Amino acid sequence: MEKRSRSFYILAVFFALFVLFLYGPVLTIGVLSFQGPQGGLTFPMNGVSLHWFRDLFQEQAVGDIWGSFRRSFALGMMVMVTTVVVSVLGGLAFRKRFKGSGLLFYMAIASLVIPSILVSLGVGLIFNQLGLPVHWASSGYGSQLTWTLPFGLLIMFAVFNRFDKSYEEAARDLGATSWQTIAHVVLPIIAPSLLGVALFGFTLSYDEFARTLLTSGSYNTLPLEIFGMTTNVTTPVIFALGTLTTFFSLCVIGLFFLAVWVSSRRKDKSSDAGKGMV
Amino acid sequence: MSKQITAWLQAAPMAFVLLGFLVAPIIMIAIVSFWGATEYSIYPTFQLDNYEFLFSSPVTYTVFLNTFKYTAITWIITLLIGFSVAYFLAFEVRSLKWQIGLFLLCTIPFWTSNIIRMISWIPFLGRNGLANSALISMGVIDEPLEWLLFSDFSVILAFVHLYTLFMVVPIFNSMMRIDRSLIEAARDNGASGWQTLRHVIMPLCKPGVMIGTIFVTTLVMGDFITVRFMSGSQRANVGRLISNDISLLQYPSASATAVVLLCTVLIVIALLLRLVDIRKEL
Repeated sequence: MEKRSRSFYILAVFFALFVLFLYGPVLTIGVLSFQGPQGGLTFPMNGVSLHWFRDLFQEQAVGDIWGSFRRSFALGMMVMVTTVVVSVLGGLAFRKRFKGSGLLFYMAIASLVIPSILVSLGVGLIFNQLGLPVHWASSGYGSQLTWTLPFGLLIMFAVFNRFDKSYEEAARDLGATSWQTIAHVVLPIIAPSLLGVALFGFTLSYDEFARTLLTSGSYNTLPLEIFGMTTNVTTPVIFALGTLTTFFSLCVIGLFFLAVWVSSRRKDKSSDAGKGMV
Repeated sequence: MSKQITAWLQAAPMAFVLLGFLVAPIIMIAIVSFWGATEYSIYPTFQLDNYEFLFSSPVTYTVFLNTFKYTAITWIITLLIGFSVAYFLAFEVRSLKWQIGLFLLCTIPFWTSNIIRMISWIPFLGRNGLANSALISMGVIDEPLEWLLFSDFSVILAFVHLYTLFMVVPIFNSMMRIDRSLIEAARDNGASGWQTLRHVIMPLCKPGVMIGTIFVTTLVMGDFITVRFMSGSQRANVGRLISNDISLLQYPSASATAVVLLCTVLIVIALLLRLVDIRKEL
């Protein structure tokens, strides 16, 4: 093996610093959330305790944290399922030529680049003028989809660009209907990527702020609740909440990676189909 | 069933969502930008007052200029960091397993909360924060630096922290698609490391750089919450102008600003898109 060049070591140090930059601050608030009861928002640590976490689980003086968590979780699940289904359908549609495909593609890209406060404002105005109440499960849900669906669609493009069409041809040659081909051949092959779409759908919704700001109505989602806390909470309880919700996000991410790993292992083991071809 | 109709049926849900929650709201904003407002309500009419006020106010120009400043500085920094990180992952790390592992390490923060990632800078940058106490104990400064938090510095730091990822991913993707034999060929023909970088790798990464650029510029231009939070409401960009109007229930005026912001963003993207075809790059 070739000897490592000097640039490797320089860049490796740079990379390490970058990772430290990414994770350092969050680790800091992780540590600070274990402040003693007298501790403040910065170092030094004034003792070590679970005081601020206990605070979170008690009756709150500062809003409705657990209610907003439940809403964010439910909304995340709704957005996740919708994103997976709609993106797969969209991805399948884009494999064929159809009139208006260019327009739909540009709409999806526009959805990514249009400032999110515009979506928030516009959806809020429409509901307002139609006399409908804004609610996280209606207007909030729709607004968040404009952020998650384009990501889902782009992932599906990447998946189908790498998809080997001969599997489908083989299925068709063996007499499968187009529905059977999709259900028994295409979907199982792309399943691990669908987990990726699901991960985007859930986490982007769970953390979304700007698009839900004017569309969630009187019941806050968790990011809105946390942002509200930043203006009137001056104790480490906000760090405890930040640590807890970040920990929750990391668990969700870990769960998805585990699922991807399990599904790819099962695929390796379960069948020897195609092995002869390699 | 013909292929055309199947495709339409499959595309319909996405089209439905985007029409209802993207196109219709934008049209609504455009309409409302011509409406009038009283202190507590808005009423339909057709007047250009909102735009007249917007374009005659010196604040508008300052704020737009400030937005461009944030965008340009953030773009340059994220590009430099993003390119170096992607280069390290794609060319210096040799095993695919490590490449994927380190790449995921860089992307995980993307799936966590931006608000929390902003909040987490406070114990670092505050008057009695980690940065100040470290600098004081090292004897570099005598008094705490005031400009670390609630300043342009902290705003840009947060932007870089939040959005460098959007540079790393597309550039890394472009780099991984570069045929390694091209680099070997360059070396065999006597190119130095720098020459290979400059004349082979950089041109081939252009699409990735462009996609990253589009993401970073649009995210920074449309932002309002990072500027508000990290500047302690002491700095302004266009997004904050809009959100201030909204909190005062001045929706028509907010809409007019939003329309101008949207046009600005679209012009920037149109310029960038002339340089690259996104669909080919996935």
